[in-house]
Amino acid sequence: MNADQLTPFWSMWVAVITLGVIFGCLALLLAIRKSEPHKEETDADTGHEFDGIRELDNPLPQWWYYKFLILTAFGLLYLALYPGLGSYQGLLGWSQEGQWQAEMDKAEQEFAPVFAALAQGSADELAQDPEAMKVGGRLFRNNCAICHGQNAKGAYGFPNLTDSDWLYGGKTENIVATLNGGRAGMMPSFAHLGDETIEQLSHYVVSLSGRAHDINQAALGQPVFQQNCAACHGGDGSGNQMLGAPNLMDNIWLYKHPNLTVRDSIKLTLQNGRQGQMPAFDRLGQDKVKLLSAYVYSLSQ
Amino acid sequence: MAQAGSTPVSYDYDVVRKFSVMTVVWGIFGMAMGVLIATQLVWPEFLASEFTHFGRLRPLHTNAVIFAFGGCALFATSYYVVQRTCGTTLAFPGLAKFTFWGWQAVIVSAAITLPLGLTSTKEYAELEWPIDLLIAAVWISYAIVFLGTIRNRTTPHIYVANWFYAAFIIVIAVLHIVNSMAVPVSWFKSYSVYSGAVDAMVQWWYGHNAVGFFLTAGFLGMMYYFVPKQAGRPVYSYRLSIVHFWALIATYMWAGAHHLHYSALPNWAQSVGMVMSLILLAPSWGGMINGVMTLSGAWQKLRHDPILRFLVVSLSFYGMSTFEGPMMAIKTVNALSHNTDWTIGHVHSGALGWVAMVSIGAIYHVLPKVYGLTAMYSIRLINLHFWLATIGVVLYIAAMWVNGIMQGLMWRAVNADGTLTYAFIDSVSASYAGYTVRLLGGILYVIGMLVMGYNVYRTLRLAQTDSTATSVGGLTAAAGK
Repeated sequence: MNADQLTPFWSMWVAVITLGVIFGCLALLLAIRKSEPHKEETDADTGHEFDGIRELDNPLPQWWYYKFLILTAFGLLYLALYPGLGSYQGLLGWSQEGQWQAEMDKAEQEFAPVFAALAQGSADELAQDPEAMKVGGRLFRNNCAICHGQNAKGAYGFPNLTDSDWLYGGKTENIVATLNGGRAGMMPSFAHLGDETIEQLSHYVVSLSGRAHDINQAALGQPVFQQNCAACHGGDGSGNQMLGAPNLMDNIWLYKHPNLTVRDSIKLTLQNGRQGQMPAFDRLGQDKVKLLSAYVYSLSQ
Repeated sequence: MAQAGSTPVSYDYDVVRKFSVMTVVWGIFGMAMGVLIATQLVWPEFLASEFTHFGRLRPLHTNAVIFAFGGCALFATSYYVVQRTCGTTLAFPGLAKFTFWGWQAVIVSAAITLPLGLTSTKEYAELEWPIDLLIAAVWISYAIVFLGTIRNRTTPHIYVANWFYAAFIIVIAVLHIVNSMAVPVSWFKSYSVYSGAVDAMVQWWYGHNAVGFFLTAGFLGMMYYFVPKQAGRPVYSYRLSIVHFWALIATYMWAGAHHLHYSALPNWAQSVGMVMSLILLAPSWGGMINGVMTLSGAWQKLRHDPILRFLVVSLSFYGMSTFEGPMMAIKTVNALSHNTDWTIGHVHSGALGWVAMVSIGAIYHVLPKVYGLTAMYSIRLINLHFWLATIGVVLYIAAMWVNGIMQGLMWRAVNADGTLTYAFIDSVSASYAGYTVRLLGGILYVIGMLVMGYNVYRTLRLAQTDSTATSVGGLTAAAGK
């Protein structure tokens, strides 16, 4: 049952109280106008007085009276044409879902050939085609920039797409797979190892990319790394694109917290784990996916 | 009329004085908060700590101006008006005192909890459940005091201002209690009992009627007393009052759905919301016409009386924003205006132009009366305040119109290949000029409020020096006219 379907009782209820309010106001307007003792402005009052304030018995302004009638007539006409009175769908058969579908169909009809023509050839070839890349850039700004940034340089938790570091591979076919299926990057929490071990591990991890570290602590962290981290990140820490496990040796940090040092950010990751979500964009259709992949690929070239 | 010639009624002005002064205090606070977040939209790093970033302070700004400033103005004027137009003193003065202290406690709690990030996340109803309970207690007490005073009236009829105040008080109680229904999980966290599209509809049924009753019906009550009183003219048409009152409260109830056009809300609910919002234009303008026409025959007073000018300009802004509102409720227009700064501009032409200006005018009228003086300390400063406020609002809303329409057009612009021409961030960069002009308008408005604060301070000083000469009994007599 969709949200627009009402049971007969509620349908009737909506229609009756809606029309009741509109006709109620109309009846009051007509009754008050009918009972006017005179049609012009006078100084006659109602005989009431409150704290020195009198109330005149002037007629309703003519233009306002007609305005009220016109608005009411428009309202009733609208309710005859469009869905409003309970389950009654209106003479035009309009619905917002129908309007949306019609607009989407029209856009599809108009623009699908444009994209089909642009997306001729492989993604690698498209990356060399300036016209295709102009359109790819627009698609990127419409769909991807909200997370990856206008300049595609990413942000905390959102990968930079302009460098040569790829979580899931940087060939056009990898990017097409990412766009079509989305990606779910999952790093579990290692809080159970205890704060001391996490501290040692963090020293070892930063040592992999040659950052400043405590040698003794890192030495203690190394065997822990081999036991707990190597399965995904590899024995040398170079990562695994099959799993989306980041390379820890290149000094590029997806989760470098803006207010923390690299090592403290790593501790945060070890404590809490990480959940990276890239949604699937296959709904755009394969022509646009190809153009986007080519564009993203071109950014790192 | 009953008391004319008979023994003068001794009005209870203590609570009116307290609320009047706090109106000014919270007005300065709430609007300064607005200027702060407007600054953050121009310079995003400005004072942006965990507790003072835009996301935390924006609800504090809205709560402070609507419920603290607007609320105190409504309490002050309704307690003043209901006594004088019913020819009786306040019923349950102890309870009235409770509404003052209770309401201040609500405001202070809001000012503490919102920056701490304690929020129910419902717009204009962000406060957590213990504060919601206090609001409910204060509000029900308010209803008892107000309706009790009407019941004790010595006049044969109920004055139109009191219809509007009463409708506002009753409806806000219903809205607040229904919308805030929640399951508490701790002292500072609760979950709404509604979910999905129902939650959205209940929220905007509340949200738009907070506008319709708190910010409209209540202030129309204010208008119906202070405009004829300040102009010294009778209300233009009693018949118009009747039609527009009933039509206004009947149709406003339905309008909230226009906040949810093209959403998961069923088609029928959206259409009904739009139709009622359009019809609402007529009763809304009924109030404006009645106010403006009340001045006919007294236009020359505008030249010398800045208080009257505040009241008249507030009515103009009321007429303008209640025309704009129904237009924006039309689906086709809404498709352009929704989520843009146009909405912010619309709200502020109502809030700064209508609500604040009518309140300011009313407070300038009430304050000397309840302190036993004939006028404020300085009329020239009122005049200065008037111009600062007027120019401030105009700058504000013009900037937001330009920004809003530009954003709406940028978001829907498409290239020849069907892709969007602009990314969202392009529309943000393009909005900076408007944000800067808006900030300037806001600063002018706050300077105006500071001028008012100074004027009020000097007036209170005057009242203090005079108090040796004026006894409490004399105070009522002085307030005769």
